[in-house]
Amino acid sequence: MIQNLPWLFLVLPLLVAAIDWVIFHKCPKTAATLSILSALGTFALCIAYLTGWQTGTADIYTWMPTGSAATSLHLGLTMDELAMRMMLVVTGIGLLVHIFSIGYMKGDNSNLSRYFAGLSIFMFSMSTIVLADNLAMTFIGWEMVGFSSYLLIGHWFHKASAADAAKKAFITNRVGDFGFLLGILLTLGVFGTLTFDKMGTAAAGVAPCLLTVTVICLFCGAIGKSAQFPLHVWLPDAMEGPTPVSALIHAATMVAAGVYMMVRLQISMGTEVFTETARMVIATVGAITAVMAAIIATQQDDIKRVLAYSTLSQLGYMVMAVGLLAGEAAMFHLYTHAWFKALLFLGAGAVIVCCHHEQDIWKMGGLARRMPVTVLCFLMGTFALIAVPGFSGFFSKEAILDAAVVKHPTFFWIGVGVAVLTTFYMTRLCLVAFFGPARAHGAAEAREASPSMLLPLLALAVMAIISGYGFVADYLVPAKGFHAHGFHFGFTFYVSLGALVLGLLAAVVIYGFGKRSADPLSNNFISTALRKRLYIDAIYDKGLVGGLQQCGAHIIEFIDSALIRGLLVQGSAWLVRCIGVLLSRIQCGSLRAYSCVAGLGLLIIIVLIAL
Amino acid sequence: MLIWLILIPVIAAALIGLLRTPGRLTAITAAAVMLVLGVGAILCSILCPECSKACLSTVCGTKIQFTLGLPFSKIMVLLALLVTLAATIGMKAPNKDAERSWSISSLLLSAGAIGAFMSDNIIAFYGFHELALIPTFIMIGCYGRGDRRSIAWTATVYLGLASMVLLAGLLLLCTQMNAWTFTALKTSVASGMPSTPCLIAGLLIVGFGTLVSLFPFHTWAAPAYASAPAPIAMLHAGVLKKFGLYGLFTLAEAFGSRCGELFGSWNNLLLLLLLGNILWVGYVTVSQTRLDDMLGNSSVMHMGYIFLAFAAVIADKGNNILAYQGAAVLMLAHGLTIAMLFLLTGQIESQTRTLELDSMGGLARKLPLLGFLFGLAGMASIGLPLLANFAGEYTIFVSCFANWKTGATAATAGCDVLTCCINWLNALPWGIGCVFTWMFNGISSGLSAIASVFGGLGAVQLTLVFALWGLVISAIYMLRAFRNIFESEIGHTSERATKLSCADIISAGFLALFIVLFGIAPQLLKPLMNLI
Repeated sequence: MIQNLPWLFLVLPLLVAAIDWVIFHKCPKTAATLSILSALGTFALCIAYLTGWQTGTADIYTWMPTGSAATSLHLGLTMDELAMRMMLVVTGIGLLVHIFSIGYMKGDNSNLSRYFAGLSIFMFSMSTIVLADNLAMTFIGWEMVGFSSYLLIGHWFHKASAADAAKKAFITNRVGDFGFLLGILLTLGVFGTLTFDKMGTAAAGVAPCLLTVTVICLFCGAIGKSAQFPLHVWLPDAMEGPTPVSALIHAATMVAAGVYMMVRLQISMGTEVFTETARMVIATVGAITAVMAAIIATQQDDIKRVLAYSTLSQLGYMVMAVGLLAGEAAMFHLYTHAWFKALLFLGAGAVIVCCHHEQDIWKMGGLARRMPVTVLCFLMGTFALIAVPGFSGFFSKEAILDAAVVKHPTFFWIGVGVAVLTTFYMTRLCLVAFFGPARAHGAAEAREASPSMLLPLLALAVMAIISGYGFVADYLVPAKGFHAHGFHFGFTFYVSLGALVLGLLAAVVIYGFGKRSADPLSNNFISTALRKRLYIDAIYDKGLVGGLQQCGAHIIEFIDSALIRGLLVQGSAWLVRCIGVLLSRIQCGSLRAYSCVAGLGLLIIIVLIAL
Repeated sequence: MLIWLILIPVIAAALIGLLRTPGRLTAITAAAVMLVLGVGAILCSILCPECSKACLSTVCGTKIQFTLGLPFSKIMVLLALLVTLAATIGMKAPNKDAERSWSISSLLLSAGAIGAFMSDNIIAFYGFHELALIPTFIMIGCYGRGDRRSIAWTATVYLGLASMVLLAGLLLLCTQMNAWTFTALKTSVASGMPSTPCLIAGLLIVGFGTLVSLFPFHTWAAPAYASAPAPIAMLHAGVLKKFGLYGLFTLAEAFGSRCGELFGSWNNLLLLLLLGNILWVGYVTVSQTRLDDMLGNSSVMHMGYIFLAFAAVIADKGNNILAYQGAAVLMLAHGLTIAMLFLLTGQIESQTRTLELDSMGGLARKLPLLGFLFGLAGMASIGLPLLANFAGEYTIFVSCFANWKTGATAATAGCDVLTCCINWLNALPWGIGCVFTWMFNGISSGLSAIASVFGGLGAVQLTLVFALWGLVISAIYMLRAFRNIFESEIGHTSERATKLSCADIISAGFLALFIVLFGIAPQLLKPLMNLI
C-alpha cells in the first residue's frame, strides 16, 4: 500500500480538480483552499522523497491490456533524481502561484472555482509528464497540460481576445503533437518499447536516417509545447490569461516540459541516437528562437509581452543546449529560469494589479518609490535573468555558454548576442516602468501589494539569488550527479560580462532613468516590424489559416457538394429518371404505335427466318 | 432471455402506438428495464461464458439465434442500451403526438440495432438492421430540419442500394462457405475459402462501407444527421451506423488468420478511401457554418479511424489484437460522444432557436453547465486523454505500428484492386492514360520517398502518417465551434436562453459519466470483448 504513495502526486490534484469543479463550483473559497492544500500536500511529499524517504517501487497500472508486453499500454512512475527534482520545481512554484492567486484574483467576478480547478488539473498533468515512465504516459500528460493551458488562458472567455488566444494555443500545440505522436510511434517501431528504462539497448543496427527522423518527430512535440520557432506564436498571445497562470504555466513549468522531455530522451535513449543532423536541427531551432524573440522583445510595450518574449528567448537557449548535447546545462538553466521567471511574472502581476490592470510600461513610471518591495523583488529577478555575476541566472547561462564554446563556437556567439539583447530589453523595462515620474493615473495611485502576493515574491526572490550556488544547486538541479561550478574566471566569463555591460550601457544611454515619455526607438520601419512580431502572426493568420486552410476547405467543400453530392449522386438519380421517362414513352397506351411496333417485329422475324 | 431485449422495446412501442400510453414515460421505462436486463445478461455472459451459450434462443421454430458470444456483441449492445436511455430521457418533442412517434421510432431503432448486434444468424443480422432503418427515414421525412423530404429520400435510396449490394455480398459469402451463422462461418473457414473472395470482399466493403459513410459514399450521412430529430440522430449516428463496422470486424474475426485472403486485395484502396474520410471530410467539416452540419460531418470523419483499425487487422492477417481492441473502444466512445453532442445540439437549439455558428456567442455565461457538458463532449471527440475516445484512437495508432519492423516494405497482394484500377486508368486511350500514368508515378514516388525517409513504412503506417493530421483538423473545427457558441460576448440569440431542464442535465450527464469512466479506465471494457 505504502509503495503506491507517489501516485498521490497525480491522484490528489486530479481529484481536487474534479471536486472543485463539480461540487464546489459555487464556493470559490472552499475550492481555493482545497487546491492550495493539494499543492501543499504534493510539495510536502516531494520534499519527503527528496530528503531520502523510501517507499519502494510503485505499482504499474495497466491501462489497456493486450497480449504482448511491448504494446500493452501502462502507466508507471519514474522516481529518479531528474524526475523528483523537477517535481520540486513544479510543486514549489505551483504552491507559490496558488497562494499568489488569492491576492491577484481578489475582486474578480469570474468563476474562481473553475480557475482553481484549472490550476489543479495543470498540477496533475505536469506531474504526469514529469513522473511518466513511458512515452505514452508522457503523451497523456502532454495533451492534458495543453488542455489546462487552454482552460486557464481562456479563463476570462467573455473577452474575445482571450477566447481566441486559448484556441490558438491549443491548436498550435496540436500541430506539434502531430509530429510528437508520430515520433512516439516510430520510437515504438525502432526500440520495440515506449518505456524509458528499456530503450537503451535496441538502437543498434537501425539506419541513422530513421533515428534522425524519429528524434526530429519527437522534437516536434517540444517545438509546440516549448513554443519554439515556427510554432512560437501561441505563447505571447497566451498572456491573455491571468498573470499567475502565465507565471506557472507559460514561464516556469509547462513550456519547459519540451526541454525536460528531450533531456529525458537523451538519458534513456543514449546521446548516440541523436545524430549529427538531428542535433543541428535542434540547436538551430533553439538559436533562431532565442535571437528572434530577443529582438522582438526590445520593442514590446506590454510588460507581460516583454516577459513572454524573454521566456521564448530563454527557452531557445535551453533547446540550443539540448541540441549541443549539454542536457545538464539545459536542465540547470531550466531550473534557475523557473524561479526567476516565475518571480518576474508574479512581480509583473503585482504591478499590474496595483496599477489598476494597466499593462503598458509607458503608462507606469515611478513605481520604485510607491511599491519598493515588489520592485526590489522584480529587480532581483531581472538581475538573475540578465546574468549579473552572483545571481542564479549567471551560473546557468555560463554553463550553457561553456558547453557551446567547446562544442560549436557559432552557437556561443549567438548566445552572447542574445545575452546583450536580454540585458537591453530588461533594463529598458525596469527603467521605464519603475523610475522617473508616473505617466498615468493608475501608476500615480499604486500602493504596495498585499501580503499574499508579497510572500511568494520574497520566497522566489531568495531562490532567484541563491539557487545557482552549489550548496543549493547540487541538491536541487534536476540532473543526475549535478555539480555547480561557481565562479570561474575565463574566456566565457569576460565575454558575458562584456555583453552585460554593453546591454546595460545601451539601455541607459537610450532610455535614461525613466525621464522619457515615449520610446525614442519607435516610429521607424524596424520598430514597426518588431511591434508586429516580424509579421509572422499575420502571415499565419492571413496566409495559412485564412488563406490556405479556409480556401482549401471551401474548395474541398465545393467539390464535395458539386462533384460527389451533385454530379455523382444527383446525376445518377437524374440518369435513372431519364431512363424511366424513356421507358415510359414506350408504354404510351396508343394502339396504333403498339401495332406498328408489333408489325415491325413480325417483319424482322420473317426476314431473319428467310435469311 | 436475450430475446426480451428486443421484445421490450417492441412491446413498449406497441403500447404507445395502440393504447396511447404517454410516449416519453413509457419509452424511458422500457429503456431503463432494457438497460438493467442487458447489463445483467452481459455480466452473466462474462462471469460464466458457458451460460452465454444457453442464452441462445430460438424464436417460433425459425432459427433466429441470439448470442452475446460474438467479439463485439457485448460492447455494442451496451452502447445501444446507454444511448437509448439517454435519448429517451433527453427527448424534446414539439407536441404530444410528435412525442409518441419519436418514442416509437427510438424504441424500434434501438430494437433493430440490438437485434442486429446479437444475431448469430447472418440473414437475421442483416434483417434487423433494415428494420431499424425504417423509423430513421420516417422521422427525418416527418420531423426533420431543413429540406427534410429530399434528405430523407436521398438517404433512403442511398442506404437501400447499399443494403442490396451488401445482401448480394452476404448471400454469396454464405452460399459459397455453406454457413449461415457467424459461428458456423468460423468453423468452416478451416475447410476452405470462398471461390470468389475478391468479389465478395468488394461487395461487402462497398455495402458495409456505405452504411458507415465510407468516402466517397458519405454524402447521405451529414445532411441526414443534421436534419434528424435529436433522439434519432443520437441513435443512428451513435449506434446504428456502427453496424457496418461491426459486420466487417465480426467477419474478419470469423476468418481469423485468413481474413487477409478475403479482404487483402481491397486493403490498399480502403486505405486511400479512409484517408478521404479523415482528411477530405475533415476539411469539409472545417468549412461548415452550422453546428448540426459540422457534427454530422465530424461523425463521418471519425469513422476513418475505425476503418484504419480494420485495415491494420487485414494487413496483419488478423494477428493484431490491439487493432480490434482500439476499434471496439473507439466505436463505443464515438457512439457515446456523438450521441451526447447531438443531444446537446438539440438543447442549444431549443435555447437559442438557431444553430448558425456565427450568430451565437457567450452562451456559457448564460448556461455554464451546458458549456461544461458541451466542452466535455467536444474535448472527448477530439481525443483528449482521460476521456473515452483517446483510449480508442491511441490504441488504434499504436496497433498500426505494433507489428512494424524497420525496413519492411508494403506487402502487395496478388490481385490488388487499387493497382488494377490504376492500370485500367493508365490504359485509357487518347492521351488520358498518359496523364494518369504521369500523375500516379509522381504520387507513388513521392509516397515511397516519404516511406523510405521513415525507414521503410508499410501502406498502413504510411496512411497513419497522414491520418494523424486529422487530430489537428478536428481540434480546429471543434474549438472554433465552442468558441463561437459559448465564448466571447453574449450574442443576441444567447440572450434568449433561460435554463436547462432536469431531464436535459440528467440525460447528458449520464452519457458524460460513461465517457469519463471509460476514458480513465478503458481496461473495464476488456472483458466485454470476446477476443483471444
